[in-house]
Amino acid sequence: MGRKLLLEHINVPGINTYDVYRQKGGYRAVEKALKMTPDEVVEEVKLSGLRGRGGAGFPTGMKWSFLAKPEGVPRYLVCNADESEPGTFKDRYLMTHIPHALIEGMIVSSFALGAKTSYIYVRGEMMPQIRILERAIAEAKNAGFLGKNILGSGYDLELYVQPGGGAYICGEETALLESLEGKRGNPRIKPPFPAIAGLYGRPTVVNNVESIAATVPIINDGGEEYSKIGIGRSTGTKLISASGNLVKPGVYEIELGLSVEEFLYSDEYCGGIANGKRLKATVAGGSSVPILPANLTLKYANGEPRLMSYESLSEGGFATGTMMGSGGFIAFDEDQCIVRNTWNFARFYAHESCGQCSPCREGTGWMEKVLHRLEHGQGKLSDIDLLVDVSKKIEGNTICPLGDAAAWPVASAIRHFRDEFEWHVKEPVKSLQMNYGIASYAVPIAKAEVTI
Amino acid sequence: MLKVEEQEPVAFSLSLIEKFNEIVGRYPEGKQKSALLPILHEVQAEQGWLSVPAMDKVAVYLGLESIEVYEVASFYSMYFLRPQGKYVLEVCRTGPCCLVGAEKILKHIENTLGVKEKEVTPDGLFSWRGVECLAACGFGPVLQIGPEYTFYENLDEQKVDQLIQDLRNK
Amino acid sequence: MSDKVKVTIDGITVEVEPGTSILNAARQIGGDIVPPAMCYYSKLQGSGGKCRTCIVKVSKGSEKDPRPMPKLVASCRTTVMDGMEVQNITSPEVMEARSGVVEMLLINHPLDCPVCDQAGECDLQNLGYEHGLQKTRYEFERRTFERIDIGDKIQLHMNRCILCYRCVFTADQITNKRVHGILNRGDHSEISTYIQTAVDNEFSGNVIDVCPVGALTDKTFRFRNRVWFTKPVDAHRDCPSCSGKVTLWYKGEDVLRITARKDVYGEVESFICNTCRFEKKKTADWVLEHPTHISDASVISSNHYETFQPLPVIQENLQLQAANKVELEKTSKF
Repeated sequence: MGRKLLLEHINVPGINTYDVYRQKGGYRAVEKALKMTPDEVVEEVKLSGLRGRGGAGFPTGMKWSFLAKPEGVPRYLVCNADESEPGTFKDRYLMTHIPHALIEGMIVSSFALGAKTSYIYVRGEMMPQIRILERAIAEAKNAGFLGKNILGSGYDLELYVQPGGGAYICGEETALLESLEGKRGNPRIKPPFPAIAGLYGRPTVVNNVESIAATVPIINDGGEEYSKIGIGRSTGTKLISASGNLVKPGVYEIELGLSVEEFLYSDEYCGGIANGKRLKATVAGGSSVPILPANLTLKYANGEPRLMSYESLSEGGFATGTMMGSGGFIAFDEDQCIVRNTWNFARFYAHESCGQCSPCREGTGWMEKVLHRLEHGQGKLSDIDLLVDVSKKIEGNTICPLGDAAAWPVASAIRHFRDEFEWHVKEPVKSLQMNYGIASYAVPIAKAEVTI
Repeated sequence: MLKVEEQEPVAFSLSLIEKFNEIVGRYPEGKQKSALLPILHEVQAEQGWLSVPAMDKVAVYLGLESIEVYEVASFYSMYFLRPQGKYVLEVCRTGPCCLVGAEKILKHIENTLGVKEKEVTPDGLFSWRGVECLAACGFGPVLQIGPEYTFYENLDEQKVDQLIQDLRNK
Repeated sequence: MSDKVKVTIDGITVEVEPGTSILNAARQIGGDIVPPAMCYYSKLQGSGGKCRTCIVKVSKGSEKDPRPMPKLVASCRTTVMDGMEVQNITSPEVMEARSGVVEMLLINHPLDCPVCDQAGECDLQNLGYEHGLQKTRYEFERRTFERIDIGDKIQLHMNRCILCYRCVFTADQITNKRVHGILNRGDHSEISTYIQTAVDNEFSGNVIDVCPVGALTDKTFRFRNRVWFTKPVDAHRDCPSCSGKVTLWYKGEDVLRITARKDVYGEVESFICNTCRFEKKKTADWVLEHPTHISDASVISSNHYETFQPLPVIQENLQLQAANKVELEKTSKF
């Protein structure tokens, strides 16, 4: 059994209430942190090696240390709970079942950053979670953990929940800030970064739900203790959202460094592929990261086992690797159509592009239309190279990472499954009636057939 | 292009205005525009959709130009700029849910309700639409129903039938 | 004043004030190395960064931190650092990326230049000419919208819009009330008033001048003439609400339209009021200054009395002289 830091008490009845959470040792981190200096708290988080759990994997402590602290200017902490990346649902799970873990983390983190007002920006569709958090905040306030002069420390903090309006792009931190200011969720042009000019032009830190919740065990056990868990620069535990054709889809807390094979097939985690089918492909970190065929999911191109860590998942670069992303692990069984899924994702990005910059606004829609044609038996062979070319023209040329996120799934699907795309063109009728199947991507697979 | 005179003038309830005041209190002085998204949710929950007169009223309340409200309301996918059925079934249509049968559920809802996406059933009770990822991929297929966005997970056709029946009987 | 910083663009070094953008530094050098800008407008705060046509490669970040920037950057919104080295037209990577952006801008554009009033002074037309492909690779129906009148003097032809946001910034910053904006999102985004309403403001006409394409056009000039058949003359009047400095566009004796004076980058020198723009279409209303200088590269100059410069070969060749008789007579006349 791997260690559980966030979900340790997930099965305790009533853990969503203040009383039970407190009985199980909740809010100790606040008590401890308020006796430290803010800089000491930042130092612990730096020591822990915690990396942003929202997708980019940027070291949280370092992000905190960039925060500008001019005299007499308010600073803000904003929690990014706009969880919208297809395949990712860990934040919803955490907020539903252990809301106080987030509230406690918010207090610790706000104290460390010197924020007196903090916001949790929750996607609007999560109205039930918004109600849960509002109740949890009221309970925490009642218990003296929020409001004026918390625990007699002299530190004041007000915490508010802000609903989004339905826009994936607001998961991008500057779009989120725009949205929180009551505007359209158009990402800002950087620099300046939020650490200098964020919410209302003030220094601001934006952190993912899981990153903020992780500060609780970091403060409780010490950053050094936390950094001992995991592997290399991937320290601590990570919530993985497992979905798709699995025996046991759901949210799992893993110690980083667990092998992908164990995560996928062991009974402790996903329990293997549903209905006795074989694995065809995976998207390991949410829809934005490159898709990998089964063989490359489990092993590097050189045959060594792949692990669930930031470094190991990206081993091999885009040629044979992928990314940790937000930890949204989607498994495709042998009956799934890669072309259809790629079209589905492309439609998602076209729908969610804010429309501000031209390569993303026009390019995502273009890719969606070409993929729609391919999937529906009207494609041409030249469409495949056209898609690769359009994806290249979007990638790297946009204001925010949504352009890259839209380009990578298309480029990687064609990189690894080009024959399936070609089959859709050559066998348009068949492709409407049946699926291409597992082809050469099955496990185990002969080495010579590895597609790179 | 919409003609305003075609839309009924609206009145907001006292409790709604009180709610507005509470929401505006969450932000620093002069930053009341931040209240726009939560206030639009409240208006939609009370009125069912966002008519032009309703948005204009919100603009006046927050001291904004009307166009600023239209811009925001039309950007976000949760705000309805047209009247909807009493219950809007919003089914996730994104990748992971499709791997476990979301497309079948969408088709089933269309057949059961007998109206196309975004249309309203003749009795005014239902409309439906496919929406993008609702962040519940491990429990798919899923659908949600506003204004409280109650969640229904691991759907199959029987569960959908039961749900529609329950809503009809409400 | 703090010390100037040195930046090298395509091998040409210039010293600029700290805080200057790469684009503005390039404009101080001038010529071919200036990146094209479709959305940036120096007179509109917050503009830029969106169209991505001005992207350049920063091959050296600064003297202090010489690492190159990992991605191409929007030159209009990237500040120069001392010792920075930038590649624009000398980088094949930039040129390819730019042609990619131009392709994106054109896939949903109607390419109706033959019936568009902006033709001849259209930034997108110029950009397409320089960077565009011969043939479109886009095989789907283009987005279309209804044409709408915003006020009785301005027409919005959304099909041609590239969503540069300039008109939105103009309404925000030049007029006292904005009634139009960006609605919807993604490739459904559009400029609109949402409800039927007139844009009624003394400075609203400036949206026509800032529009880089033919999306916002002057209804009083609509289909009256092609710009290259008209002759621009700078003029001024004592105007109580604006600078009164304009360009009159003549066809024969008639003033067909009035615009603000524009610089070499298509930006107005100063915004003008609607009275000057729409109401004063008689020569008697104005004090004429001189013919407007039009760049040789512009199609408008092809009919311009100021700039016909016969190639040397014409002067030497009798046959060519005969063929260009009319033009040569014009030259001697002026």
